[in-house]
Amino acid sequence: MTEASNFLTEQNAREADQRRADGPGFEGPYLVVENLHVSFPTADGTVQAVTDMSYSLEQGKTLGIVGESGSGKSVSSMAIMGLHDMKRTHMTGSIRVGGREIVGLSNNKMQSLRGGEVAMIFQDPLSSLHPFYSIGSQISEAYLAHNKVSRSKAKAKAVEMLDRVGIPQARSRVDDYPHQFSGGMRQRAMIAMALVNDPKLLIADEPTTALDVTVQAQILDLLQELQRDFNSAIIIITHDLGVVAEMADQVLVMYGGRAVEHGPTKELLTHPEMPYTWGLLSSVPDVTADTSGRLIPIPGNPPSLLNPPSGCSFHPRCPHRDKVPGDLCRTELPLLVEGTRGPEHLKRCHLANPDMIYETEVLPEIAPDLVDLTVADGADHVAPENR
Amino acid sequence: MTQPEVAAAPASTDGSGQRPILEVTNLRKYFPVQSAGVIRRTIGHVQAVDGVSFQVEQGGALGLVGESGCGKSTTGRLITRLLDPTSGSMKFNGREIGNLSNKQMLPLRKEIQMIFQDPYSSLNPRHTVGTIVGTPLRVHKMVPDKQVLTRVKELLEVVGLNPEHYNRYPSEFSGGQRQRIGVARALALQPKVLVADEPVSALDVSIQAQVVNLLQDVQKEFNIAFLFIAHDLAVVRHFCPDVAVMYLGKIVEIADRETLYARPHHPYTQALLSAVPDVKQAAIGGRRERIRLEGDVPSPVNPPSGCRFRTRCWMAQDICAKQEPPLLQIGPKHKVACHFAGEYGAMPTSPITLDALGVDQHGTPVSGAAPSTEDLIKPGFSDAYTNLETHKSSSERLVGDRIVDDPKGEGTATEK
Repeated sequence: MTEASNFLTEQNAREADQRRADGPGFEGPYLVVENLHVSFPTADGTVQAVTDMSYSLEQGKTLGIVGESGSGKSVSSMAIMGLHDMKRTHMTGSIRVGGREIVGLSNNKMQSLRGGEVAMIFQDPLSSLHPFYSIGSQISEAYLAHNKVSRSKAKAKAVEMLDRVGIPQARSRVDDYPHQFSGGMRQRAMIAMALVNDPKLLIADEPTTALDVTVQAQILDLLQELQRDFNSAIIIITHDLGVVAEMADQVLVMYGGRAVEHGPTKELLTHPEMPYTWGLLSSVPDVTADTSGRLIPIPGNPPSLLNPPSGCSFHPRCPHRDKVPGDLCRTELPLLVEGTRGPEHLKRCHLANPDMIYETEVLPEIAPDLVDLTVADGADHVAPENR
Repeated sequence: MTQPEVAAAPASTDGSGQRPILEVTNLRKYFPVQSAGVIRRTIGHVQAVDGVSFQVEQGGALGLVGESGCGKSTTGRLITRLLDPTSGSMKFNGREIGNLSNKQMLPLRKEIQMIFQDPYSSLNPRHTVGTIVGTPLRVHKMVPDKQVLTRVKELLEVVGLNPEHYNRYPSEFSGGQRQRIGVARALALQPKVLVADEPVSALDVSIQAQVVNLLQDVQKEFNIAFLFIAHDLAVVRHFCPDVAVMYLGKIVEIADRETLYARPHHPYTQALLSAVPDVKQAAIGGRRERIRLEGDVPSPVNPPSGCRFRTRCWMAQDICAKQEPPLLQIGPKHKVACHFAGEYGAMPTSPITLDALGVDQHGTPVSGAAPSTEDLIKPGFSDAYTNLETHKSSSERLVGDRIVDDPKGEGTATEK
């Protein structure tokens, strides 16, 4: 084992050198997405899955992308992995991973990146693992695709990775098949597979949605621990604001294919400025608060991406649209601009004083116990600027 | 066709005077496991539900939470008699339904209806909404054939769908709307009990709230009792005044929601609650201390001896492997199955169950002691319960000592 691991560290060091030699030097964040558009032409018209999306992510940081099904959160991340069938997809804009542009990259070149520098964890571990191959062979296949080593070395690496993600008796479990693993262990195996090549960017698409809460807690802990060790950038896609609150440094809320709010997690969750985010916060019951009365749902249904609503895509469901003069919400698409609380917090909304509305109308309904806390926090926030 | 009330039915004991509409006592369901090969022999049993007792009041709601494989869905299917119980009793309105034949069961089916998890696979894609909602009306002859359509339209309106959409197919509706169709179908027979098996977990967050509100409305309007099965602890807290936590086929803790969520006494409930990510907590800084559970749920084919949770429990001691903890009542509406039940960080040092089981601290039966386990499988709550405060003061004195041969020892106190 020591010999194997010595070899593996050497191997890793060599690989790292190699990558440094290969990769063009780059400045700034590891992942930069600019004006990304993804659309799918269909018989019924063009589905605008992602429209004008921009964000960046640094190494060692976590971005949470939140939204309902059909909001474009998975489509935008699959674009980073180059997983769309380019014959049926129209994609424009720019995605730079480590300084390299990947929009329009050939499939061959994409393959060297995919699973190597950029890896992905999928929602449903049972359908993402091949039932005919052992866990070990699936992990070593991912390793062999990017490294010229013998099969036995690759298998040793698979054992090491399974051990790393906390599978007990990894050495004997490595030859098991997916059906012999429990749900949580399968998700761990998926994570092991994704991390086998030390990716610099890990995309986790609903990594815990299929899991029970206690297993979810284990997996989230594991992801955070691995991020500390490997200093990877993580994109976590979820519909669970609780998961985002615990994991992410930055949050991006998507609706109808567009980013509608983007900012640092704590800031965005305590002072959200977009009515859709308010709706998400108020429609989820709270496990710690006394619940009486009714939940406040977002009325209506998510928009069709074939015929998106005019103006702001949220306006048909927005309870605050009347506060904007001149029917602007229906006629004009708001831009993603700086909110009332600083340049880091972006929002796409016409409302002039969203912070006021949130504190006086929304917050008392969803969390009366938090009103004082947030207001106090807000006062702190303002004070240094006033001095 | 309501059954006449059966006089022999035990009266509710929780003091509210209301009779439980559903009373389940010591319910078991074992699925046989068969060997591979030509001659299939039964080589074991999956103990999916193993001795579960609870009751649901008329118009009330009991939440059943737990992780996948804990038997909560099987319990729901037993109550609707989609599965036949291995043993135990299920009383609907005082009448035993566990052993009824299909024919005898038929008139009762309309009283106990079910809402399923997946609104995509639980509606026949080849039937129109009118047929889906109308079929139960025709089968049970609820209304004359001519009025079925009118009734279907009424039902669609009740669940917030356009009544004129009765001739559409399920594929033309969104997930939330389909779940509303499922609710309309369940309501068609005016049931007294609705078993809702993960009714909102397949829906988007913004739609979940709509369906939860709808369920609350129909519950109030038609006075329906709910058995609400879900893994989402927050939704269950919102919907159900009473909550039962299941682990590996057994109820480990059952209480009213205020008690269960604020002061859980079973280590598993504590771990479960601490694992739920919480937006507000995280948003105002830092997260709660999380109890990490190691490993996975053991196999229900071969569950651990004694307490089933002991393999993952940080408090487990000798007695936990030897004696199965009974579901002991420790508060006015609070039962817990743990030898060391207590609030997190303040669990007692000596087992609280010794008197009930008639054993000493190491789990060895004490000669002459009279275990009172028979009383402990009864559903519902009684006026007398074990007072943990009294126990705590006596336990400090008793640490290291042999417990006295007294079935009515200091650990038990009767309170009003």
